[in-house]
This record gives sequence, C-alpha cells and structure tokens, in this order.
Amino acid sequence: MEDSDLAAIEQARAGSSDAFRTLVERHSRAVFRLAYRMTGNEQDAEDTVQETFLRAYRQMARFDGRAKFSTWLLAIASNYSLDLLRARRRRGELTDDDGVLPLMERPAPDPSPERFAQSAQVRERLQTALKGLSAAERTAFTMRHFEGVPIEEISRALGSTNGSTRQSVFRAVQKLRLALEPVASRMP
Amino acid sequence: MNHLSEEQLIWFYYGELREREAAGQHLAECDACHAAFAALEQRLAQITEALPAPERDAQYGAEVWARLQPSLAEPAPRAWFWSVWSRPQRWAAAAAMASLLMGAFLAGRFWPRQQPEIAAQTSSPQVRERILLVAVGDHLERSQMVLLEVLNSRPGEVDMSDEQRRAEDLVASNRLYRQAAARSGDAGVAAVLDELERALLDIAHSPAPLSSAEFEGLRQRLEAQGILFKIRVIDSRVREKAIGRSL
Repeated sequence: MEDSDLAAIEQARAGSSDAFRTLVERHSRAVFRLAYRMTGNEQDAEDTVQETFLRAYRQMARFDGRAKFSTWLLAIASNYSLDLLRARRRRGELTDDDGVLPLMERPAPDPSPERFAQSAQVRERLQTALKGLSAAERTAFTMRHFEGVPIEEISRALGSTNGSTRQSVFRAVQKLRLALEPVASRMP
Repeated sequence: MNHLSEEQLIWFYYGELREREAAGQHLAECDACHAAFAALEQRLAQITEALPAPERDAQYGAEVWARLQPSLAEPAPRAWFWSVWSRPQRWAAAAAMASLLMGAFLAGRFWPRQQPEIAAQTSSPQVRERILLVAVGDHLERSQMVLLEVLNSRPGEVDMSDEQRRAEDLVASNRLYRQAAARSGDAGVAAVLDELERALLDIAHSPAPLSSAEFEGLRQRLEAQGILFKIRVIDSRVREKAIGRSL
C-alpha cells in the first residue's frame, strides 16, 4: 500500500475528516473513470463515486490492507455500479436487451468519415460483447485493462483467487477480440 | 520455446507472464508469434480507443468532497422504507431492531470502530431508527440483487465467486434482522428472512466455479423456495405505502 495512503487511512480511522478528504481528493478521478466504464454514463458514474466514498468511510474498519486502498475503492465502485444497473433494470429503466451494461454516451472522436464509420462499428460490437460478459469478467477486465491494476491486487480486493481473476480477464479478452474480428480485418 | 498460446500472449501484453524474458526472446525470433502478438496489441488498443472515459480535472476531488461531506455527517434516510415501519404495530419490531443494531454497532460489526461524529449521533432514538431502516432496506435490496444475479446466470460452468462473497456478507446481518423480527412477534417477516438466510447460505457454500449440474441444482432450489418473489412482495407493499403517504 502507498505509505501516504496508509497514514491517511490511520488518521481517518481515528476520526480525522481532513485525512479522509485527502483520500477522496487523491482517488476520485480513478474511481470516476472506472465507474463511467462500468455504468456507461456520466450521471451514474458521479453517483457511483459518491456512494463509493460513502461506503468506504463506513467500512474503513474493514479495510485490512491486503489490497491497495485504491484497488479496494475500485472494487467497491465496481460492485455498486453493477448493483445500480441491476436495480435500474428491475425498475424497468433498462430492458433485458440493454444487458447489465448500457451503451456508452460518447463516440470516439475521429475526423475521417470512413474511419468514423469503422470506429462506430467497433464501438457497437464492443458494447454488444461487453453486455455478454459476466460481472466477474467485466469487473476484472475493466480494472486490469483500463486501470492497469495487477491481477494479484484485483484478486485481493475482490476476495478471489489469482487463477479465477486471470480466467475472468482472459475470457473477457477472448470475447471482445472475437466480437471485433469481423470489422478488424478491414481496419488499418 | 514452443509457440506462445493466446493466453500467454495476453499475459505478456499485460506484463504478467511469469516467463516474460523467454517469451520476449521468442517473440523476437518467431514471425508467427510476433504477428499474433501484433494483432492482439492492435485489438486491445482498439478496445481502449473505442471505450474512452471523460477526463476530470485536478479540482474534481475537491468537488467530490464538497458533495460528500454532508452525507458523512448524516446518512440520508430511505423514505419508502420508513413508511412501512411507521404503523403502530411495527414500532415494537423497530425498537427491538434498533437496540439490536446498536449492539452490533458497538461490537463493530456494521460500523467502523472509530467514527466519533456518527457515534455521537446514534444517541438520538430517531437517528438510531433511521440508521436501522436504512440498513434493513439496504440489506433487502442487496439480497435481491444477489439472488437475481444467480438466477440470471448462464448455463454451463458458472463463476459465482463475486455473488458468493456478497451472499456470505449478507448472512450475518440477515440473522440479526431475523432474530429481531422473531423476538418482536412478527412471524411472517421472520419466516421470509429465515428462508432468505437459507438461500444466501446455499449460494455462499456452493462450489466455485459451479458445474452445469451444480448450478442447475442451485437454481432449482432457489426457484422452488420462491424467495425472490416473497422479497419482491414485501418490497412492493413497502413502495405502495410510501407512494400513499407521499400523496
């Protein structure tokens, strides 16, 4: 664990709101990025960021330091994102066709019309493939691929084995690669 | 060295292949593996490019803190759940649960051990009840989500380690709520919570990963209990009452 996090965590546990504020300010952006990739829109990502830190504050005594604090936060954010989307689906705000993961709001910027069309195809295929990932695959892949969290760290934070986490990431990559194959051959 | 498998190439890409040095040397010498790795790199780069996340500036952390701070001082109540316990016959159960939850707080089971601001607030009965109701509502909602996730899993080998961990977390709190409901004489709620507890234990103690047959057995047991339906009925009653009171 980062030494500076460790000191702030100890102080926060002792009741220092300034110390917890330091942790919030240090990790908010990473939590937002993961939450956005899990939920697919900014409003849900913002809600997830708030709830993640609220839960972290309440559960600070449970943090045992096996994983980095930053990874622990990402695991909370990931769980909450999934809960949020499932709750939405139960309330009818998302259909079964939307899967757990709704469409991303933003298209990837690209000036060339031809490339834009190809990028749109890639995005569409990826979004469909992402819907087919299990919760474990989606969480592990997002943390490993986009946030660069090592497998061992992810496993500690999620309470799973290294083998199980590796399997989740591997399956996710396989599924996403497979989804890209039809358009990949036409890409430069 | 033999040709690298897809899995080895993936772990090489992420820097998590144990035989990294030998693999790197092989990639430099083997055209087929080099081409396979280049294709993998390209696909993974496409994934990164196609799924961007908006950047937040350096002030974002301060903005998050500004929004978060009031919530840390006073957790928000769940109005819809509050209403169901506001009937006179529910007060005994609520009071019993509040006492029980306070005990749990003191034992450090639901709350961090050292949080002076929140600990001070729990001295008010109203705040205690509000915390209790938030906790019970959260518990029921989380339980439903775990059950839904399990029931919606796909046939075949199923990795439910995430759901199992969440189910295990829920068992302890469910036991407290069930015991409190039984003590207060609310046999109906206690019976549903008893069934929920058995379902959560069934999920938590299942092998990981489950084979197709094991998963099918678990799914059939859960569906036979009809536990999700029972929780939904309670949920629905609560929501109707909340709507009625807000009109």
